[in-house]
Amino acid sequence: MTESVTERPFVHFDGVQKSYDGETLVVKNLNLEIAPGEFVTMLGPSGSGKTTCLMMLAGFEAATHGEIYLKGQPINNVPPHKRNIGMVFQNYALFPHMTVAENLAFPLQVRRMRRRDVKDKVARALGMVQMDDFGNRKPAQLSGGQQQRVALARALVFEPELVLMDEPLGALDKQLREHMQYEIKHIHEQLGVTVVYVTHDQSEALTMSDRIAVFDDGVIQQLAPPADLYERPDNAFVAQFIGENNRLPGKVTAIENGVARVALDQGPDVLALAVNCGEVGNRTVLSIRPERVQVNNVTGSNRLDGHVRELIYLGDHIRCRMQVCGRDDFIVKVPNSPEHAMLREGETCTVGWETDDCRALDLAPGAM
Amino acid sequence: MTDATATHGPDGLLLASDGTPLKTKLRQSMKASRRRAFGLVLPLLLFVLASFVIPIIMLLWTGVSNDTYASNMPRSAPLLRAWDGASQPTEEMAEAMVLDLIDARKAKTIGKVASRVNREQSGTRSLYTKSARRAAKMEAPFIDALVKADKDWADPETWRATKIAATSLTPAYYAAALDYKYTADGEFVEQSEERQIHVKLFWKTIWVSGAVMLFCLLLGYPVAYLLSHLPAKKANLLMILVLLPFWTSLLVRTTAWIAMLQSQGVLNDIFVWIGITGDEQRFSLIYNLTGTLIAMTHILLPFMILPIYSVMRAIPPSHVRAAKSLGATNWTAFWRVYFPATIPGIGAGGLLVFILSIGYYITPALVGGQDGQLISNFIAYHMQKSLNWSLAAALGGILLAIVLVLYWLYDRIVGIDNMKLG
Repeated sequence: MTESVTERPFVHFDGVQKSYDGETLVVKNLNLEIAPGEFVTMLGPSGSGKTTCLMMLAGFEAATHGEIYLKGQPINNVPPHKRNIGMVFQNYALFPHMTVAENLAFPLQVRRMRRRDVKDKVARALGMVQMDDFGNRKPAQLSGGQQQRVALARALVFEPELVLMDEPLGALDKQLREHMQYEIKHIHEQLGVTVVYVTHDQSEALTMSDRIAVFDDGVIQQLAPPADLYERPDNAFVAQFIGENNRLPGKVTAIENGVARVALDQGPDVLALAVNCGEVGNRTVLSIRPERVQVNNVTGSNRLDGHVRELIYLGDHIRCRMQVCGRDDFIVKVPNSPEHAMLREGETCTVGWETDDCRALDLAPGAM
Repeated sequence: MTDATATHGPDGLLLASDGTPLKTKLRQSMKASRRRAFGLVLPLLLFVLASFVIPIIMLLWTGVSNDTYASNMPRSAPLLRAWDGASQPTEEMAEAMVLDLIDARKAKTIGKVASRVNREQSGTRSLYTKSARRAAKMEAPFIDALVKADKDWADPETWRATKIAATSLTPAYYAAALDYKYTADGEFVEQSEERQIHVKLFWKTIWVSGAVMLFCLLLGYPVAYLLSHLPAKKANLLMILVLLPFWTSLLVRTTAWIAMLQSQGVLNDIFVWIGITGDEQRFSLIYNLTGTLIAMTHILLPFMILPIYSVMRAIPPSHVRAAKSLGATNWTAFWRVYFPATIPGIGAGGLLVFILSIGYYITPALVGGQDGQLISNFIAYHMQKSLNWSLAAALGGILLAIVLVLYWLYDRIVGIDNMKLG
């Protein structure tokens, strides 16, 4: 665990398993501790079990095995309405027959709060999401972004300590989505609530989270802060899922001080960090980020020949598809700056990388 | 884009690039598609016009007009209409009456005329048929001749009743349908106590329809809820069970209820068998109001379930979850979030069941017995037995008005755009 988790976690999944049909596990032995005030994102492809985890935390699904603790108390048998957890749903789930203000007043009314307090809190919550003038509108009269803000305000208006968000920005267009990401991040910082956020969009996860749990096949593949996740993926799935990633298959021939010598299938021996490649003799996949590949003036210890197949001009950088070691999908991002080599299609050049930038990982199923 | 493409005419209207106003241009471009759309609905429009709109207009017209007398007694009718109803009948009227009676007897229409007048005053049928037989031999002065044939002709009431019958366009039928009597002086008088049956029957029809609607709602709502929350496979199977009654003839279903409910029927046998009631005191579940209520509720139930089901299926499960996550108990989440969302379905189903049952005829006729008869059975009686088509039309017209008023009320209270049929 990282140091952000204090002695008593705020949310604690302890060996949680979930099965819907009694034959397959959707969530396999989940252990996760979340510190108070933390922003944790569950990231993964659809069907990876991340939403199921969120629903178990909210109380809409029962864990088949294991226990979930909230502030040290087991909550498996606490019904959803007694958990005091705010939740933002994928399609906002605003009540269409109530106005915005009534929607926000709902959680306060069911808590039998005094009418004047309700009014104050609703006004404050609307102010927080800059929707002061929309209290009398019906949800259908709002744009997607505005509905999103109302849903957010409704999940926060009763001051829960934990807020769950289930792909809340999925239905928004790209620009608005990015804007809302910052807004949610700021509200989180401002209020200090604990947030558990579910998404399949990696850039969203990287932007907002303190820590990201990458889910696949019902298992957390890696739990780490965004930078670690991108720079130091633990396994081939994470490397492939987060950001772009060049993969070169090979065989481990030696391991020394954490550095593995790998014989590429169609090329020379190269050096890579031995992260998750097992013993000598194992098959492995090397993972190199496209922006860490050096072209022509190579300083790293690894050098290979590359044949330029395709160039795509993207303004700030040029995306170059090369043939390296017999593979046609080797991507290099060449920054668009004067000191950098200008490449031409059909040209042959030298590519290389530092040993630290190349990670020898497991053979993920389907990765090759 | 520059402003050159959007020029304004002298009256400030936006102009298309060739100088014609944009609105005209738009209308022209829409014309072809409008014409095609109209062409597609034209057959249906003609069908509805011929089979629905025109009959309804004719029905409403029949309710206020009856020219049986005027067309068969052409000489006396205008004179009677001109008569003030208070003074003594004149010799001229009597002469016209005698000549008409002779003609009507020859044309064999005297029976129709007699029963028409008889409706205004009972006992006049025999007066007319008797007088018509003797009319050929009558001689002036005709007043005396008529009185000689039957002394009722001396009674001004007879002439007044005839005057009402001679007036083709009359509110008399609507008055009768509302238990009032339209007199020759143009006044509305309440019918005597024992003849006031229509208004009572209307109220009964309304409350029976309301009760059927309520029972359908109470029985159908949970079924619709279950259907919409089951996995698709099971829901489809159950849906077939709900729709099964639609595939069975209405008559078969109604008669099946007779087998179920009669005093020697299945239900009563079971009651006796498990000892709820003795063999001598079997429940009378049919040929009364109970039978009408049970059979109508069963037959109309799908009309309630289907709209509610289709509305429920469209409610995202996240709404109830959201309510619970916000702290609402199961009941609060249902009552404040789920139930309001189903109101369009309840409204549609309720209106459908109510309007269908307010005009229901065959089921009350078969299982209703004496006190289970509704207004439509009465209309049928006037159509088929008493042949008082105008009264039947007036009752039908009032029924139509009641339905329209309910529809209007529904629109005012719930809003017609808030209705969802599926």
